[in-house]
Amino acid sequence: MLLIRCPVCAMDRPELEFRHAGQAHVARPADPGAVDDAAWAAYLYLRDNPKGVVAERWRHVHGCGRFFNALRHTVSDRILATYPAGASRPEVAP
Amino acid sequence: MTAFRLPSGGRIDRGRTLRFRFDGRSYTGYPGDTLASALLANGVHLMGRSFKYHRPRGPVSAGAEEPNALVAVGAGARHTPNLRATQVELYDGLSATSQNRWPSLAFDAGAAGGLLAPLLGAGFYYKTFMAPGGAWHRLYEPAIRRAAGLGTVPGGPDPDTYTQRYAHCDVLVVGAGPAGLAAALAASANGARVFLVDEQAECGGGLLAEPEALIEGKAAAAWLAEALAALAARPGVTILPRTTAFGCFAQNFVGLAERLTDHLAAPLPGLARERLWKLRAGRVVLATGAIERPLVFAANDRPGIMLAGAARGYLARWAVKPGTRAVLAVADDSGYAAARDLARAGVAIAAIAELRPHVACETFGLPVRPATAVVGSIGRLRVAAADLRPIGGDSVGGGGVERVPCDLLLMAGGWTPSLHLFSQARGKPVFDAARAMYLPGEHRPGEAPDGLASAGACRGVFGLAACLEDGYAAGEARGGPATGRRFAVSGDLPPAGGFEGLVPGSPARKAFVDFQNDVQAADITQAVREGFRSIEHVKRYTTTGMATDQGKTSNINALAIAAGALGRPMPAVGLTTFRMPYTPVTFGSFAGHARGELFEPVRRTPMHAWAQARGAVFEDVGQWQRAHHFPAPGEAAADAVARECRAVRQRAGLFDASTLGKIEVVGPDAAAFLDRLYTNSWARLAPGRCRYGLMLNEAGFVMDDGVVGRLAADRFHVTTTSSGAAAVLHHMEDYLQTEFSDLRCWLTSVTEQWAVIAVQGPRARAIVAPLVEGVDLAAFAHMSVAECRVAGFPARLFRVSFTGELGFEINVPAGHGQAVWEAVWAQGKAHGLEPYGTEAMHVLRAEKGYIVVGQDTDGTVTPDDLGLSWAIGKAKPDFVGRRSLTRPDMLAEGRMQLVGLLTDAASAPLEEGAQITAAPPRTGMAAIGHVTSAYRSATLGRPIALALLADGRARIGQTVHIPMPGGSLAATVAGPVFHDPEGARLDG
Repeated sequence: MLLIRCPVCAMDRPELEFRHAGQAHVARPADPGAVDDAAWAAYLYLRDNPKGVVAERWRHVHGCGRFFNALRHTVSDRILATYPAGASRPEVAP
Repeated sequence: MTAFRLPSGGRIDRGRTLRFRFDGRSYTGYPGDTLASALLANGVHLMGRSFKYHRPRGPVSAGAEEPNALVAVGAGARHTPNLRATQVELYDGLSATSQNRWPSLAFDAGAAGGLLAPLLGAGFYYKTFMAPGGAWHRLYEPAIRRAAGLGTVPGGPDPDTYTQRYAHCDVLVVGAGPAGLAAALAASANGARVFLVDEQAECGGGLLAEPEALIEGKAAAAWLAEALAALAARPGVTILPRTTAFGCFAQNFVGLAERLTDHLAAPLPGLARERLWKLRAGRVVLATGAIERPLVFAANDRPGIMLAGAARGYLARWAVKPGTRAVLAVADDSGYAAARDLARAGVAIAAIAELRPHVACETFGLPVRPATAVVGSIGRLRVAAADLRPIGGDSVGGGGVERVPCDLLLMAGGWTPSLHLFSQARGKPVFDAARAMYLPGEHRPGEAPDGLASAGACRGVFGLAACLEDGYAAGEARGGPATGRRFAVSGDLPPAGGFEGLVPGSPARKAFVDFQNDVQAADITQAVREGFRSIEHVKRYTTTGMATDQGKTSNINALAIAAGALGRPMPAVGLTTFRMPYTPVTFGSFAGHARGELFEPVRRTPMHAWAQARGAVFEDVGQWQRAHHFPAPGEAAADAVARECRAVRQRAGLFDASTLGKIEVVGPDAAAFLDRLYTNSWARLAPGRCRYGLMLNEAGFVMDDGVVGRLAADRFHVTTTSSGAAAVLHHMEDYLQTEFSDLRCWLTSVTEQWAVIAVQGPRARAIVAPLVEGVDLAAFAHMSVAECRVAGFPARLFRVSFTGELGFEINVPAGHGQAVWEAVWAQGKAHGLEPYGTEAMHVLRAEKGYIVVGQDTDGTVTPDDLGLSWAIGKAKPDFVGRRSLTRPDMLAEGRMQLVGLLTDAASAPLEEGAQITAAPPRTGMAAIGHVTSAYRSATLGRPIALALLADGRARIGQTVHIPMPGGSLAATVAGPVFHDPEGARLDG
């Protein structure tokens, strides 16, 4: 079980309190009607699956209830940073 | 005193005698004994039968790695199978039985399986029992499983309790041998919180079996006692014996299984049997030691053949002579320590067959034969002699076999560092070619395992002084100065040497690699001959290393034999994965208190007790318990449901809808928010009015529905499906927090706050009206909502219908639910009001073609597929899912559409989930849809069904076919609304 730092609560809390919510920084197009079918399908369904650092969304569902982002290494499972939703992805050494 | 107990010595309490039984016979032992040591003291070596061939077996080890001496302890519900006799602590009255034998351990009819041995080699599952077709499942597999089982299951539910604890510490040290003790001493020197855990009853590890060694001038046992006392005196230190670190996970999260009562004759009632620790450590020091390797030669598995280090342990720890006349097969210097200790205890050393051509260490004047292999043994239930054969280099020499009588044959094949936890923590083992052993790889920054170090024998550091110093260095705080602490040790004989693979000159048949799974060297070479190249495949084909011991004694030998057969170096063949648990952990430990009623939360509505008193039959809906129907005494379920349906259609029914999900959406932008989350338009919905809302996910598929009432310009009472409430709130929060964070509104779950009492039927208004204050029900149109008082309590009154009848849903604060329910019930009696359950609710809504999301939808269904396009706000520029509704696939022909199915009036209802075909079904035909809901309709006097059918609306009037258990049924496709399609009854 991972320990995850909730950037809102500013505390390390057990993974049980959180819910994973998919890849981060996939912004909903401002005007979906202007997006062509291929681009919309990509927005809906295409996600990265790297061996390395991923930016992903988590929600502190059994805590403050807030969504936030985390950088996690998919090999070591180490969480390298957590940051509020809407903030840009921080630079970290992998 | 028993025959093989030494007159003095050992770490046992001779002041008390314990009585115990093994296979019905009575024996005695002492506190401090294990079952294995006590049996050996009584001269009993035969403790089990092997898995496949039912060969007689005795303990090969003295610890957790034991593959042979598996026993069952206890009776009835406390019967515990497959315990290692080497780890079972003796207590007065213990009763153990051997396994895998019939009728008795000494005479096992199953050993006739030995005659079948040629049929049971590697991969026999896949080859021998192929024909005729189907015989495997019916005949072969059941027979094989009966013959080749291990142990039997307990005779009832586990009567014990188990507990769990979370804990944090600065440093966790796994293993309380010399390296672990030194690490704990170093780590705790400055007051850090240190956990020291050891799987044995007594801390000390290898120090417990070092009668000759001196550490800093003290006997090893005395040094151990002082070290433990020093640790216990430090307030930050927790010492947990009988505690196995069975799993090591990311971020130094370690699972510990602590056995609390298994060693007690009469544990206090209510005491937990085991405690599962979920420990998070800042740093972990693994001091898990090394496991001695058997030598692989023919018939190396008879009782009386054991590891040299185990024999040392039995002598030193339990004062037990494991035999009277010993032959040692030695490939490692540590064998001479065993020979020395045995000789001093009065065991005759008949011969030491030294595999290596030269011996560099002290041999104590014992009869050593260099360049000699043990290549076989004889004996029936106990080894009687060893076959010795001189070898020259690696090839078989010309010398003949000499048979040396003995009742003890010891194997010193070298030591395998225990990498289990290191590997579980995603450490990468690396192969040390010079010493032919896998060791923990160097840690690279940023890679797992972080903050985890190995010390002592588990990283190939052998010898007491080296282990103590390595452990001390590993325990010292990171970043602090390394003290380079030295330990003065004498009288120690460190391991050096070792051998892996099949002993030269020995046949490969009956040369056992994996004792517990009866895998022979010949099986592994056969697997390679048959084309298996990776050790992972060899493992699965031969089952080597797949028994309950997970190959602790066998994996390296198996690897070496496979590598030899492939002509490749060992690392090129790969290393099998170490998986948790290190030793078996009880299910009880993992379950903890989460069993029976505490397995998961049960949710009951405020009116639960009333329904219970009325004899309701409940069903589980998620965690909710809901009244399914209310049978009259002696009434069948189907009859009760039909009666409840008739009551609603003809008079009125009372229904507990409290489980409906409820979310209050409040704020100046509440309507704008709902506009984006639901397909419908909310801006022009007047306060006091309700609307059916349809929620899509971004892919355009229906995810939830429910009635939404507008209480004020900035306040909505949203209802969701009972099972979808949490997901809907999560979905709403997601969009509100991330995509639409500019909107000012707030979401509150109020599911538990409101009890919901539905009154449905033509007399509903007459029943409700006398109880309502503050609303003129005559002017209270369908799809209205009002805040008012009902039966004197504050309420939110909805006029809504999920039955097609005139209906009200009375929301009152949960605490008043039962009171209002009873007031309605009292009022309704004169009108023929009857309570109805979820089944009648389902029938009534299906008659009207109202969908249940999750039953009539499956995550691939659009609003149009359901005929709900009217619920889409056409003027809205955007809502979640809207863009997806115009993707080509969503507009393509052939989509599954909701329809009704009518079968013959006399037929049984269709099966929900049944496939639908266009013509009478036959093999190979494609399905064109499936049945989603099917009931017997009392109102219509016939079965009805809803279905998702390809191009369904275009097929209305056509005949389709549904395969059923008794043959296929024909059905006519119809619209999904079976009853009152005009909706005339909504107004009563």
